[in-house]
Amino acid sequence: MRKKMFLLAVLLLLALAMITTGCASPRADQPEPTPTVPTAAKEIILATTTSTQDSGLLDTLIPMFEEKTGYIVKTIAVGSGAALALGERGEADVLLVHAPAREKLLLESGHAITRDLIMFNDFVIVGSAEDPAGIRGMAAAAEAFAAISAKESLFVSRGDNSGTHIKEMVIWKQANIEPAGNWYIETGSGMGDTLNIATEKQGYTITDRGTFLSRKEQLSLDILVEGEATLLNIYHVMQVNPEIFTKVNAAGSQAFTDFMLSPEAQAVISDFGVDRFGQPLFFPAAGKNVEELGK
Amino acid sequence: MELIWEGLRQAVKLLFAGDPEMIRIAFLTLRVSGTATLISVIIGVPLGVFMALQRFRFRNVAVGIINTGMGIPPTVVGLFVSILMWRYGPLGFFNLMYTPTAMIIAQSLIALPLVTGFTMAGVQQLNPKLTLQILAIGASRRQLCWLLIREARLSLLAAVIAGFGGVVSEVGASMMVGGNIRGHTRVLTTAVVMEVSRGHFAMAIALSIILLALAFAITMSLTKIQQRGGGR
Repeated sequence: MRKKMFLLAVLLLLALAMITTGCASPRADQPEPTPTVPTAAKEIILATTTSTQDSGLLDTLIPMFEEKTGYIVKTIAVGSGAALALGERGEADVLLVHAPAREKLLLESGHAITRDLIMFNDFVIVGSAEDPAGIRGMAAAAEAFAAISAKESLFVSRGDNSGTHIKEMVIWKQANIEPAGNWYIETGSGMGDTLNIATEKQGYTITDRGTFLSRKEQLSLDILVEGEATLLNIYHVMQVNPEIFTKVNAAGSQAFTDFMLSPEAQAVISDFGVDRFGQPLFFPAAGKNVEELGK
Repeated sequence: MELIWEGLRQAVKLLFAGDPEMIRIAFLTLRVSGTATLISVIIGVPLGVFMALQRFRFRNVAVGIINTGMGIPPTVVGLFVSILMWRYGPLGFFNLMYTPTAMIIAQSLIALPLVTGFTMAGVQQLNPKLTLQILAIGASRRQLCWLLIREARLSLLAAVIAGFGGVVSEVGASMMVGGNIRGHTRVLTTAVVMEVSRGHFAMAIALSIILLALAFAITMSLTKIQQRGGGR
């Protein structure tokens, strides 16, 4: 009897593993890739920022691209800093990032071969309606940061080397302030989580407008500072250099870049979020110059 | 509070509507964690029995390592597995990064010390005279091991439960080596983390409830077997 029970336990576990292995072929609904192309060549690793995933934009764009081209996109949503680091090591094929200064470095070092403007929105400084540091309506972000630091009002930083965090550090530098102390906390998390924490603690933070709008309903934060030209948030697609990294899927990253620049994808970007939030989260910018954005 | 109700409502809706995305995520969770548990049992049980019976130099150190491993942070395992599996890592040529297989490997490593530790403790807990007795009847080494495993089956099932519970609830390693890729490597725990950062709290609660229900169902069936078999 006991032996039977033990056997049963082992069998159960085996069966479990087998059943689930058989049932879960992940892409049963996708057309089989053509047999001449090995599966690996059909996969593209896209390293991107959390904002493109958290806002839901990629959930719309990626299936379109996959259906059109037959490629399978593996989206790794990390901060822009981490995404660029993956590109620098050849661990991703194509990047969708928003940290212009670092992007240029990657291009100059030759680890990336292209850098195409895709879309933009802007950064906004948000905080509680009470606004203890009195920054509402200030024109310059650096001025607002100086006021927050002077009042030692709580500021919630991403602290994760993401595009938004890098932007935040640039503004602190402009304000000539080294942020530290009890009033300055770093979450080390994505934009969504950081907004949650800022709401709970009623602190200030800087966010891209897209993520903020998509999360606005669950937050008790107001936009306090916006509109300065330096607050533009610009997204580029970059292809990792296949000559340095031979394992990079060059054709795939080219196809993804072409798709993101296509009128079709640009139209999706300009419409995305309008139905739910009353305004777009991102503005398409393919073929434009950085200088003419936001005008 | 209303958020929890909303989450419950959504969980029921997802389950009864048979939402394909949700089913895929739940099945992948079972497949990855089930396979990882199986692998850790296949390696961990013999290893545990060996560690319990054999006396060798630095055995205490080995036991200490296993006991430390029982509490190893999954994120740390995830990091090391990532470094090994990256395209340009030492095992990069297998092309395993961001696949369910990579997640199974990471989770097996997380469950292995748990299974080994529990097995070892279970076998050591048996009366030492039992070993002598079994040997006295003229049992071979293999028969001895089998009989001891049978005697320690309560602890062995505890080992399986601990191993499965450890990996099915783990998020750090799955996120890092799997990448939480929709339709490929998204499991319940990584989906919960993502939905929270998206602000879809009700959805996150719904997925959590499904995860809890799944873990409970599996653990309960194992517990049933354990307790029925153990009723002396």
